[in-house]
Amino acid sequence: MIMLALFAPVNFINDLLSRFFAPETINNVVWPVIQIGVVVTVVATWVAYGTYLERKISAFMQARLGPMRVGPWGLLQPIADGLKLLTKEDFIPEKADRWIFFFAPYIAVVAAFVVFSVIPFGPDWAVITDVNIGLLFVIAVSSVGVLALILAGWASNSKYSLLGGLRSSAQMVSYEVGMGLALIGGIMFARTLSLSGIVAAQAFDSIWFIVYQPAGFLIFLVSGIAENNRAPFDLPEAESELVAGFHTEYSGFRWSLFFMAEYAAMVVVSAVATTVYLGGWYFPFVYKLEVSGWHNAYVIVSFLVFIIKLSLILYLYFWLRWTLPRFRYDQLMDIGWKWLIPSALINIVFTAFSVFLVQALDGWHGLRTIESMTQGLNLTATGKVIMIGLGLVGLLLTGGLLSLINWRSRDFHLKSQRRNIRLVSVPSGTSAVASTRPAAAATES
Amino acid sequence: MLPQLESHMHQLEIATTQEALLDNPEMVLNMGPQHPSTHGVLRVILKLDGETVMDLDCDIGFLHRGMEKIAENRQYPMIAPYWDRLDYIAAVSNGLVWVETVEQVMGLDVPARAHYLRTILTELNRIASHLLWLATHALDIGAVTVLLWALREREEILKIFERQFGARLTCHAWRIGGLPNDAYEGFDSDVRRFVNNFPKRLDEYETVLSENRIWLSRTVGIGIISADEAVAIGLSGPSLRGSGVAWDIRKSRPYAAYADMVFDIPLGENGDTFDRYLVRLEEMRQSRRIIQQAIDKLPDGPVSAKLPKVIKPPAGDYYHSIEGPKGEIGCYLVSDGSAQPYRVRVRPPSLINLQALRQMCIGHLVADVVAIIGTLDIVLGEIDR
Repeated sequence: MIMLALFAPVNFINDLLSRFFAPETINNVVWPVIQIGVVVTVVATWVAYGTYLERKISAFMQARLGPMRVGPWGLLQPIADGLKLLTKEDFIPEKADRWIFFFAPYIAVVAAFVVFSVIPFGPDWAVITDVNIGLLFVIAVSSVGVLALILAGWASNSKYSLLGGLRSSAQMVSYEVGMGLALIGGIMFARTLSLSGIVAAQAFDSIWFIVYQPAGFLIFLVSGIAENNRAPFDLPEAESELVAGFHTEYSGFRWSLFFMAEYAAMVVVSAVATTVYLGGWYFPFVYKLEVSGWHNAYVIVSFLVFIIKLSLILYLYFWLRWTLPRFRYDQLMDIGWKWLIPSALINIVFTAFSVFLVQALDGWHGLRTIESMTQGLNLTATGKVIMIGLGLVGLLLTGGLLSLINWRSRDFHLKSQRRNIRLVSVPSGTSAVASTRPAAAATES
Repeated sequence: MLPQLESHMHQLEIATTQEALLDNPEMVLNMGPQHPSTHGVLRVILKLDGETVMDLDCDIGFLHRGMEKIAENRQYPMIAPYWDRLDYIAAVSNGLVWVETVEQVMGLDVPARAHYLRTILTELNRIASHLLWLATHALDIGAVTVLLWALREREEILKIFERQFGARLTCHAWRIGGLPNDAYEGFDSDVRRFVNNFPKRLDEYETVLSENRIWLSRTVGIGIISADEAVAIGLSGPSLRGSGVAWDIRKSRPYAAYADMVFDIPLGENGDTFDRYLVRLEEMRQSRRIIQQAIDKLPDGPVSAKLPKVIKPPAGDYYHSIEGPKGEIGCYLVSDGSAQPYRVRVRPPSLINLQALRQMCIGHLVADVVAIIGTLDIVLGEIDR
């Protein structure tokens, strides 16, 4: 009931608007603008509080408190940071390419934020727009972000920035391939590219695709982390090597735009992972609200479900970042080209095979595997069991085949390469190097 | 300036000022002196092909404070605080090399309790220095959390130092002839508490790093230096022992109370970054073992020898060295029989260990340069003096 009361203004606003605009204008222009405004505000706030959460979570991992000074538990810290960054000098280096330097951060931010227009945050009015090529749109637009990093690295006219830009272009291009290929498995089950359609295929009486596609989910997640330049793949901005990578020369508001773009891109990848693999906004029993007639409450609870799923993946990002060391550039490329892309290809072939198999089995000796094909691939209980089994087989098969391919690489047998140290007890007062190395002993005396 | 050196500097100048041409695959990259992971104000000039290091040169001296020259104008007891600021991470060890040199020259009879306290506190300092190395080395390779964990342990040691010496970092720990005052009340229990808690924490760091695939792939086989090369360059300390040479001054020329202590020397096999990492971790465990023994056997008695009013060592040349956390830190003293030294020269382990950088880095990537600088465990205060 509280939810309903909260959303009484929706009807009120509708009434108010109808005094000024024609009904078509309200539906096609006014409401979309309101939706976009709400989404941008929510995402921007989420990005700001993402930094806060990251600082708090890392602090708890490292036995400290994190931001505590601004507001209770430092809750106003992101606002203070934002104000500080806005009031800082907007410095452009003398030898930089002024216009490109000026525009690169905007490209990054726009590329990251535009994707939110097709993400289904919930049912009904929580979707800004539902395009039938949604997933393709997401991949296409988010890959424009790499252009911003290259341009920023080049325009800064600094060697560290250039190296950072080079690294990011190579890294994002390679991982985009793995990411796109990993999604194809999910699309085979959903039989549509529309993100709302993908959610609908997993909702109600079907199963979240993570169960059918464990290998695809893992590949997507790893590629997504690398695609976002997050640890352990944060090479383009590795502070210990490249100072700050492509944004070394940036300061103030322009720097914060890059920062926002990074966090927004994280949210995008988490949102896509949630939509394609974790059932999007769908959660069992929430639908009962709709049945009881509480439509707006249903939308809001679904939205919260979406946010919670998304946050779990975001937490994984933070967790990895503060636990793992950083890969080296060549190792990163190895993982991309020798592991993720081959495994994504194997996954596609195997998923296609299992979808074919399930369809072929339908009607074989009276076996029923397929419920319907109208909204994604909707399987019967038998079909589901077969598909889950095939998914696990796929996971094992991918791992096994890749181990065979990479058997001869150096890093595969890393653990056997590590040697333990020896402990030598030398009697005190022997003024010579111990007997272990004769050449060394001769030099010492 | 020597002609040889001059031409070398000239080449270096050309290398840094030449126009970067698009068809020239090599790029000259200045790393430092303001760079987050050169461990101070070290400037490394890298010649890169893509990201592969083709050649490398170090430019040092940004932190030169003329300490050896200052020492010529100070009386013997007044020099010790300058020595604390050589390697500011291991002030206790640095102070010890100066006071022990003078004590040996003067033939002073330092009481046993002073020797034992010196052993305990220098070993604590070794652990603190190695922890800071672990923290920064892990940070260089990207494991940020280990940094704060290691500093948490170091904090315990610094608290003991603060109570004992009144300072945390540049503690003026020793006086010629012993200690300025006895161990503070509660010293025994503080040290014992640290000794008991420390192994658990160290195991924790090991599980985060030693078993980690990424850590292994970043350190195994990186920056290899063979035993012969290491001896030829003059490496000392853990960097030398990582290559498998059992050379430890605590064993070969025991000072303080080390002759009474039982401990082992950890040795690496391949001389790579991972071996040096393991050696330093094991050294911390051995240091803990030494502290345990020393605190158990700590004798009673005075902590300072009887001193003459003015310290005037007989004329002559003297050399004394101890095993600092970073290697052999030595002190070459030329006395003319007056109350001030005629000339003092420090053997800085970091400077000599840094000479191996070029050999270790060539052919590796930029990211490895950072890891190798970390594994050499240099401190610029000591290199530049």
